[in-house]
Amino acid sequence: MNIHEYQAKEILRKYGVAVPKGNVAFSPDEAVKVAKELNADVTVVKAQIHAGGRGKAGGVKIAQTLEEVRSYAKELLGKILVTHQTGPEGKEVKRLYIEQGSDIKKEYYLSLVVDRATSRVTLMGSEEGGMDIEEVAAATPEKIFHEVVDPVLGLTAFQARRMAFNMNIPTNLVGGATKLMMRLYDAFVDTDASTVEINPLAITGDGEVIALDAKFNFDDNALYRHKNIVELRDFNEEDPKEIEASKHDLSYISLHGNIGCMVNGAGLAMATMDTISYYGGTPANFLDVGGGATAEKVTEAFKIILSDENVKGIFVNIFGGIMKCDVIAAGVITAAKEVGLAVPLVVRLEGTNVEIGKKMLNESGLNIVAADSMADGAQKIVKLVG
Amino acid sequence: MAVFINKDTKVIVQGITGETALFHTRQMIDYGTKIVAGVTPGKGGLEIEGVPVFNTVEEAVKATGATVSVIYVPAPFAADAILEAVDAELELTICITEHIPVLDMVKVKRYMEDKKTRLVGPNCPGVITAEECKIGIMPGYIHTKGHVGVVSRSGTLTYEAVHQLTQEGIGQTTAVGIGGDPVNGTNFIDTLKAFNEDEDTYAVVMIGEIGGTAEEEAAEWIQANMTKPVVGFIGGQTAPPGKRMGHAGAIIAGGKGTAKEKIKAMNAAGIEVAETPSVIGETLIKVLKEKGLYEKCKTH
Repeated sequence: MNIHEYQAKEILRKYGVAVPKGNVAFSPDEAVKVAKELNADVTVVKAQIHAGGRGKAGGVKIAQTLEEVRSYAKELLGKILVTHQTGPEGKEVKRLYIEQGSDIKKEYYLSLVVDRATSRVTLMGSEEGGMDIEEVAAATPEKIFHEVVDPVLGLTAFQARRMAFNMNIPTNLVGGATKLMMRLYDAFVDTDASTVEINPLAITGDGEVIALDAKFNFDDNALYRHKNIVELRDFNEEDPKEIEASKHDLSYISLHGNIGCMVNGAGLAMATMDTISYYGGTPANFLDVGGGATAEKVTEAFKIILSDENVKGIFVNIFGGIMKCDVIAAGVITAAKEVGLAVPLVVRLEGTNVEIGKKMLNESGLNIVAADSMADGAQKIVKLVG
Repeated sequence: MAVFINKDTKVIVQGITGETALFHTRQMIDYGTKIVAGVTPGKGGLEIEGVPVFNTVEEAVKATGATVSVIYVPAPFAADAILEAVDAELELTICITEHIPVLDMVKVKRYMEDKKTRLVGPNCPGVITAEECKIGIMPGYIHTKGHVGVVSRSGTLTYEAVHQLTQEGIGQTTAVGIGGDPVNGTNFIDTLKAFNEDEDTYAVVMIGEIGGTAEEEAAEWIQANMTKPVVGFIGGQTAPPGKRMGHAGAIIAGGKGTAKEKIKAMNAAGIEVAETPSVIGETLIKVLKEKGLYEKCKTH
C-alpha cells in the first residue's frame, strides 16, 4: 500500500525526523489558508499523487506570494499529471501539499528496503540526491552505499555514522544525520514498511538535516496490525476494479489489452498472460482467483473482468489441483448466466473431476469453447477476439 | 533416493485442527505420507484422523521421533510456528501459509542462522517425492515416480509442468515448491545442489518468475557446478514493471528482475528455456534426447 507525501511526512514528524512545516489542502482556498499560517518567504505547492517524478512533470510549484499560491493551486487541482511512473493515462491531482520553502545547501539520497539477497533490511545512501536513484545506480554504482541491518540490534549508531561519512555529509552535521537515520529505521520497522525513500534528504542554510520528500510503501501482508495506516489509504489513487477485487480476496491487476483472464495461482496467471501474448493477443488483466477458488469467487471474478469495457473475450485457465473441476464449472456457468455473457468464452480445465466439469460446460447451453491445454485455449481466444 | 523427503519421513502437522490443515492432512495420509502427530496449542490429547495432537512441537517430536513438520498456521502466527519448529531441531519445516509479513520472515531468517533446520517456503505448495511422500497442498495424482527433479517459485505452474511430464511419460523424483515470497527459506541453489547429489535424479526442471535475482544466481551456480541438464521456464515475460503480480516477490522494480534478463542469464549458462509454459515437457524431452538420457527418464 502507498500513501501520499504529506501522510508520509506526518509519520516522520511523529518519529522525530525533521521535515519542513506544511499541511494538506483540497481546494485553492484551503491552500491559501495553509500558506497564510506557514507565513513563509517562499511556499511550495506540491501535487499529491501516488507516483514519483512529480517535479519533472510540473507538479511542484514555487510561490512567492499568497496570490501565486492560489493560482498554482487552481492550476494543479484537477490537472492530469503524467510522470514516468503513472503510465500514459496519468493521474488526476485531487490533493495538494502546501509546504514552507527550504534554504537547500545540498541534496542527498536515503532509503530503507527489505533486501531479498540478504533477507535483511538495508539502508542505502548516496551523495547524489534529488536524482532518479536508478540512474545513479546505473551510471555510478560506487556512489551508493549500503548498510545491512541486523534485526536483533536494529540500525546501530556506528552504521548510521559510517553511512553519513560515506555520503560526505559535513562533519558538524553527521550527528544529526545519524539520529535521523536511526529514527527513520524505527519508523520503518514500527509501521511494517517495505520501502521508505527520502529523496532528497537535504542540509539547509541553518545547518539542519531534513527530509524534503518522503515516500512510504507498506507491506500489504502486515496491514492487519496497522489500522492507523489502513486509514491513510486513498481509494482515488487506485483502479476501481482492483479495489473491488481486493474486497473479494482476488488478486487483480488491470492491463491494457482486450482478453480477460481468469486463472488460479499467480505463476500460472502470469504464464497464461505470456501464452496469450505469444499467440498475438493482449491480456486485459492479471487475475488470480487463488488456490481454493469457490463458485462465488469465480462469479465475482467474472463480474470484475466484464466491467472492463475493453474486454472482447475471456479465457479461463484453471489447474484444479485440490480444487475440483466440477466446482469451477458450476461457478463459471452460474456467473455466465448471472452476468449475461456477450463475449466469447474459452475454458481450459485440468485436474480432479475434469471429465465431469467438461460435461457440465458442454451441457450448459452456454456458448463456451472448450480447450485441451493452455496453448490450445490461448490460440482459440486470440482467434475469437480477432 | 529423491531429495529432502521419502517414504520413511515422519511428519508433524502444525495447526492440524484448522479446516485447511485437516483437509490436507487427510489428502497426505491417503497419499501414503507418514503423518505421526499434529500440533495445536491447547488441543493436546485429542486425536484427529487417527493422529495424536500435542500442545507443542517439542512434545510431538519427543513422542514420535518426527523429523519434518508442515505448517498450515494462519499468517499472523505462522512466523512463530516456524521458530518453534526450528527450536525443536527438526531437519525440515515446510511452511504453506501465505501472506506472512516480510519483517516477520526477516526475524525468522536471523534466528535460523547456525540452526540445523531447513525451511521450505513460506507461501509454497510444499514438497512431494512421487509415490512416496507428499507434504503440502499439491494434487498427488499428477505425479509419477521417475528421474526428473522439479523446483519452482510458483504453485499451479508447478502442477502444469509436472502434469506435462507425467503425460509425456517422464516420471519425477521430487518436486520442490520454494514459494513466491521475497524472503524465504530454501532457494533454487539449495534445491539444485540436492538434486545434483541425488543419484536418482538425472535432470531438473526449474521454474522461475519475475522479481529478484534468484534465477540469475542459480544460473551462475548451475554453470559452475551442475553435472545434470537443467531446463527452465520464467513466468511473467509480459508483466509490466511496477505491478506486483500476485506473489509478494513477483515485481519488476528499478528495471531489475525482468524475465528477459533471467532468460538471458539462463541461456548463457547453457540452460534451455521453454518459450511458453505449454512446451516445458517438450523442451525437456528434446534436451534429454540430446544428452542421451531420454530412455533412462522415460518411465511409463
